[in-house]
Order: sequence, then C-alpha cells, then structure tokens
Amino acid sequence: MTLWLAVLGCATGCYLLKLAGMSVPERALAHPVLRRTADLLPVVLLAALVAVQVLVVPTQDGPGLGLDARLAGLAAAFVALLLRAPFIVVVFVAALTAAVMRL
Amino acid sequence: MVGRRKDTPGDGPGHRQGNSDPEVRAIVRDGVLVGVATGAYGISFGAISVASGLDVWQTCALSLLVFTGASQFALVGVVAAGGSPFLGALSGLLLGTRNTLYGLKVAPMVGWRGARRAAAAHILIDESTAMTITRSNREHARAGYLATGLSVFALWNLATLIGALAGDALGDPRTYGLDAAVGGAFLGLLWPRLDTARNRVAAFLGAALALALVAFVPAGVPVLAASVVALGLGLISRGGDGEP
Repeated sequence: MTLWLAVLGCATGCYLLKLAGMSVPERALAHPVLRRTADLLPVVLLAALVAVQVLVVPTQDGPGLGLDARLAGLAAAFVALLLRAPFIVVVFVAALTAAVMRL
Repeated sequence: MVGRRKDTPGDGPGHRQGNSDPEVRAIVRDGVLVGVATGAYGISFGAISVASGLDVWQTCALSLLVFTGASQFALVGVVAAGGSPFLGALSGLLLGTRNTLYGLKVAPMVGWRGARRAAAAHILIDESTAMTITRSNREHARAGYLATGLSVFALWNLATLIGALAGDALGDPRTYGLDAAVGGAFLGLLWPRLDTARNRVAAFLGAALALALVAFVPAGVPVLAASVVALGLGLISRGGDGEP
C-alpha cells in the first residue's frame, strides 16, 4: 500500500512538473543564473546517477562504495561511446560485459 | 498562437498531412528510432523494478503514469536500497524538475494550448525535448516532439511490461548485467552533454559530491544533493551558454 501511494504520488507530482514547464511564460527562465543552472542540472544529476549506480554497494552499515563488475560494464560503455556506438549498443555492451565478468 | 496544423498528441503518424515534407518524414523516422533505442532501456527498468521489490502492476504503473526514466529508476533504486518509498518518490520528483525546465524551452516551439498542451505535457521527457528544440520551425518541432514522445511512450511501456515479466521469470537481474546496464544507460544520456569544459567540470563535481555523501545520507539523497553543484556553477560561471 505504501508503495502504491509512493508510485501514485510520484506520478501526480511528475506530471504537474511537466505541465508547469509547458504552462509558465518562457521569461521564467530569462535570468542568466537560472538559465545556466537549468542547463547544468541534468548534467550534474546524470553524472551523479552514473557514479551512484556503478560504485555504490550494500554493506553491513548501509550503502558504501565498492568496485565490482558494474565498473567494467561502465568502462565498456565508455569505449562504445568513444567509438560512436548508438545508445542501444552502449547499454547492451555494459550489461554483457558485467554478465561475462560474473561468470 | 494559430497553428498551421491541427494535429493533437493523439494523432498517429497516419495523420501527418501525407508526410509530404521529406524533412518531416526524416524527423518522424528519427523519433521512432529513438523510441526503439529507449525501449531496450525500458526492459532493464522493468526487470530491475521487479527485482527491487515492486510488483508487475506497480512497475507498469510507474512507466505509464510517471513516464520519466530517471525518476522511475530513482524511485525503485531507493526502494531496492531499503529506503522509504516516499523518499524514493521525493527523489523521483526532484529529478522530474528538469522536465519543467525542458517545458520552458519546448512550449514556445510547439505552441500548443489548453487540452492539447495538457495531453502533450505527459510525453515531455529528455528524448522528446532533445528531438524538438533543435528544429527550425513549428511544424518540424511538433513532428519531432510527437514522433519521439509517442514512440518512446509506446515502446517504453511495452518494454517495461516485457522486462517486468521476464524479471519475474529470470530471477536475479545481476546475472544478466542489468544493474550495469543502468550505469551504461545514464552515461549514454550524459555523453552528448559533455561537450563543454564547464559541463565536464559540473559532471565530475556532481559525481564526486554524490559519492562523498553515499555513506552518510539515505539512499536517493546523494543524487539530489549533487544538484547544488548546478546551482553553484550557475552562480559563478559567466557568459553565453548558446541557448536559444
């Protein structure tokens, strides 16, 4: 039940955030600091998500940092991106590398 | 205000004025390709969500109703790490704020009002924004937005269902490297944004701050906290950012 409330609350909030962006005047983003922050926000959040997804491991004291096959997967994804591979290939290469490392 | 076309977000590709403009056709084709590529990512979301403790219905509800990948991953990631579902929802919401910023750029380009705008808002995501804001006129912007947004919506939800059912059947997603696929996918989304020194610095600082906090704050919070890097660099950096 708690999970359902969280799912529906997140859904409602995320839709309202989208609708707000489509509805408020464009000049709401006119201030240079706000504009730069807006451009940087996805960069920072995606970078943080990459780091946390790949380097955080569960420990007895809660989440901690550690290295495992996911880092090899990320390295493979990095190489794929350098080789200009399409997104789907990048994701597949990351998964395949990690899966092979765990054999 | 007066659109030259009368299409709505509900219109399918068959209503695109016969696709007489080859540029529109190319835009629609690219949008569908983005949808296919994103669908693969949806399979990993479905499988990981089920592995995180959500059931198949909850997983599909996330993709249908939240429909913004990073927020969905954030919610299930917090739950998987043992965090409160409400903290997961909050993490998802704060990540969803970037869609507000996308909307500010997209709205004047597509020029929809009222019910059309309300319907179109649901498919306001990274991919539909990226395939819209580079267009040179309203028709192309709308074609890019609808083709990409609707393709991603259809395939993301189909893929989520497949991934959730498969995840139920396959067991541990780690065996298939699905956990590593998430990191690879986020890197793939980040990659095209690393085109300036400022953005590379921002990415490094954001990742470093998140990792520094991991051991001290509840799961989901480190990523949110990294957003202060965006504000900090937004305050101290200068000059044009090439935005329209």
